[in-house]
Amino acid sequence: MRRLIFAFLAGGLFGAGLFISGMTDTSKVQGWLDVFGNWDPTLAFVMGGAIVPMIAAWSLSSGRKPLNGGNFPRTTEPKLGPNLVLGSVMFGIGWGLAGLCPGPAVASLSYGGWPHWIFLCAMLVGFRTAPLVRSQLDSAVPAE
Amino acid sequence: MLNTIPADWIWGLIGGLLIGLGGAVFLLANGRVMGASGIIGGLIDGTGHKNAAERLSFLAGVLLLPILLNPFYQPFSTNVTDSVAVLVIAGILVGIGTRLANGCTSGHGVCGISRFSLRGIVSTVFYIMSGGLTVALFRHAMGVI
Repeated sequence: MRRLIFAFLAGGLFGAGLFISGMTDTSKVQGWLDVFGNWDPTLAFVMGGAIVPMIAAWSLSSGRKPLNGGNFPRTTEPKLGPNLVLGSVMFGIGWGLAGLCPGPAVASLSYGGWPHWIFLCAMLVGFRTAPLVRSQLDSAVPAE
Repeated sequence: MLNTIPADWIWGLIGGLLIGLGGAVFLLANGRVMGASGIIGGLIDGTGHKNAAERLSFLAGVLLLPILLNPFYQPFSTNVTDSVAVLVIAGILVGIGTRLANGCTSGHGVCGISRFSLRGIVSTVFYIMSGGLTVALFRHAMGVI
């Protein structure tokens, strides 16, 4: 139960932050990506603001255990494979086209109107398809 | 000095701090990385069914807080496209791409960069570059978005 309460609290802070920062406004996200047009640097402030508490959290996590038990995720090995690059490029294209990424796609559902629901459904189809795409790629390309 | 800084940047910074605080709570309390694509994707492809309740609680918070905050703000438009084709193609690309890369703006961007993860930094560079090229191409060259 404690885990669920803390998960809800974390999600609430995330949702409130996405709402307040303006990151559910697709024109602000596309404005950040629009370096050849009317560039909007807001996203850099959001990213910078979010990274500061996280740096503190990662450094607090070292040598300790999570409050509600279990273990902290182990340090990821610096594996830079084709899936990471290809996936990031695909994500960037979708992000640029609609101005939405997974967090804001959920945060905006209550007030963004029907296009946000279409985007969400398509994203869920993508999540469902991803393991298939990954196995196809893994058999076509030598392992990462 | 504060008068010269656009309000949007200050709200961005405050909102960003809240996002980072959410990530800090999720990490320090539950030992989990706050990545939206991983949290949702795991519910969809079955890899996260064993802690589905934790994922759903997180998502309930993401959905609910904007509903609670909305009355205190001028209702704002999300300026989203009404082209179904663009929404569907973009959604599918975001879905497949973030799962192939194992992360999105929150997982690789916020949580990855803050632990100086090479994967997080490389992913962020690539999705921002491809997003920038996409907007340049589809907005300025083709005028579609």
